[in-house]
Amino acid sequence: MKICVLVKEVPDAAVEKRIDSSTGRMDRSGEKNLNPYDTHAIEAAMQIREGGVVPVEEIVAVTMGPDSAVRALHKAVSLGADRSVHLSDQVVAGSDVAATGYALAKTLQRESPDLVLLGQQSDDGECYTIGAVVAEYLGMPSLTQVIKMDIDSDSLRCERQAEYGYDTVQIKMPAVISVGDAINEPRYPSLKAIMGAKKKPLDTVTAADVSIDASKVGGENSGAQWVAAKAPPAKAAGEIIEDEDTGETVEKIVAWLDERKLI
Amino acid sequence: MANILVYALHYDGAINKNSLGAVSEGAKLAAELGGEAHAILLGENVPEDLAASLGKYGAKKVLVAEGPEGLAQPLVDAMARAIADGGYSYALFGGGLLGFEIGAGLAARLGAGVAMEVTAVRAEGGELIAERPILGDSAISEIKYRSNVGIIISRLNAFEIKETGGGDAPVERLDFELSQHALQATMVTRGEQRGADVDIEGASILIAGGRGLGKAEGFQLCEELAGAFGGNSAVAATRAVVDAGWYPYAAQIGQTGKTVAPKLYLAAGISGAIQHKVGMQGSENIVAINKDANAPIFEFSDLGVVGDLNKILPKLTEAVKAKKAS
Repeated sequence: MKICVLVKEVPDAAVEKRIDSSTGRMDRSGEKNLNPYDTHAIEAAMQIREGGVVPVEEIVAVTMGPDSAVRALHKAVSLGADRSVHLSDQVVAGSDVAATGYALAKTLQRESPDLVLLGQQSDDGECYTIGAVVAEYLGMPSLTQVIKMDIDSDSLRCERQAEYGYDTVQIKMPAVISVGDAINEPRYPSLKAIMGAKKKPLDTVTAADVSIDASKVGGENSGAQWVAAKAPPAKAAGEIIEDEDTGETVEKIVAWLDERKLI
Repeated sequence: MANILVYALHYDGAINKNSLGAVSEGAKLAAELGGEAHAILLGENVPEDLAASLGKYGAKKVLVAEGPEGLAQPLVDAMARAIADGGYSYALFGGGLLGFEIGAGLAARLGAGVAMEVTAVRAEGGELIAERPILGDSAISEIKYRSNVGIIISRLNAFEIKETGGGDAPVERLDFELSQHALQATMVTRGEQRGADVDIEGASILIAGGRGLGKAEGFQLCEELAGAFGGNSAVAATRAVVDAGWYPYAAQIGQTGKTVAPKLYLAAGISGAIQHKVGMQGSENIVAINKDANAPIFEFSDLGVVGDLNKILPKLTEAVKAKKAS
């Protein structure tokens, strides 16, 4: 089988994120990294391969984004993907979730995967939804926030937590599964894998290469329009104690609680 | 007609609270647009009186579709059918996992714009504008729709439940066909409870533990502190540690767990992800202990302590005991 893993480049968590006031969209410049949730999806693909229940011919990392997104693909390859595909085209820039899902689905279609994996959310946009959008465009069943996945010849037995407890769902492949971070503990790439990542095949494709209808993508063609950004209502900043002397810290906490009659 | 179609999640004979909030909000917005809010339920033999009861929250009509419960794609099929039959300008979802999945799938099916994590919606100039906090809630973006149908997926607990006084709503069967891919997923078991059945909703003091506790045994520190407070106190947990099997599901706060508002919420080793925040931000006093000074939880705690909880919690337990005894 072939597994495609959708990955995304996100601003490094340590870097302050901001909105570009001229476009109302997120400023995606600055330090970037592979979305940490996606590392769990790559690990899940590796575990299916290593589990040996179903032979995995190929694990392909797929992304959409500017030139810098190549770094996220290199990281994905260093974590175990065999090769990668980069949809890079000005025409898709500024796409909303639905248009992004469409563009990714078209890119995936060319690969004909048996399984599409992705992280449950991206570290920047905090959307939990791209998996469901991609699945709908591909006409595949899907489930998000999966924390346990067992594979047999043509289906997956998935567990996840939903509104009323844990659900177990049997899903026939091909399918799109977004995984939660509890599903596994991603491995660290070896130095050799990091060094070798740039030598693995990387296919850069344009929108036209994967038959994307340009009238369905990009900021101007997206159904959801960011019209403005504003500051949230101001909230008084909380008090902060840096713990240097724990005895003293605890005294301060107790005094704070006592003042509010909480003890 | 500017009608709004509202998804209502139900389980075990009751409508989900977030769905009741969404129906209430949908009714209010529809009135402002000069239209009606209709609700849709899908399930196996959905009781007619359960469906009709949504009239109390302002639904003018309730559509009931027959299909497998607990999965998103059958609802995408049903809602797409209802929308194709005409009259809907917006689809509205209360917070929750299924709402996110259905709304996203529906956006793809209809080629519609979607906004998620929405915390407020207003009607302006005959259309709806959705507000969505972004960047760890440090800014709020406003979203309008250019598509024929706009999809609004709210954040958990974003909308207030309001009984607007109406009686039962008329119930209509919705005939629709399941798509081929919707037939590829089957629910094996739903709503399995894992771990002990503990009650945290009634507690006035909650000591909540997260991944920062390091291991399951770390919860002992939380339990001892809760014990020191005594009385009406309990221990709660984040989804990460519940999924890891460290603590029972019944004690979980947030998106797919409980929503609480105790007098004191003491978060130990919790980073403060949005999915957690939505379940506890109504607490009167929030104290956070975390070794990472950049943890988002410090953005919304009243007292933040940057330090090692393994050192602080045992001493705090002793100090609270001493204070109680004095």
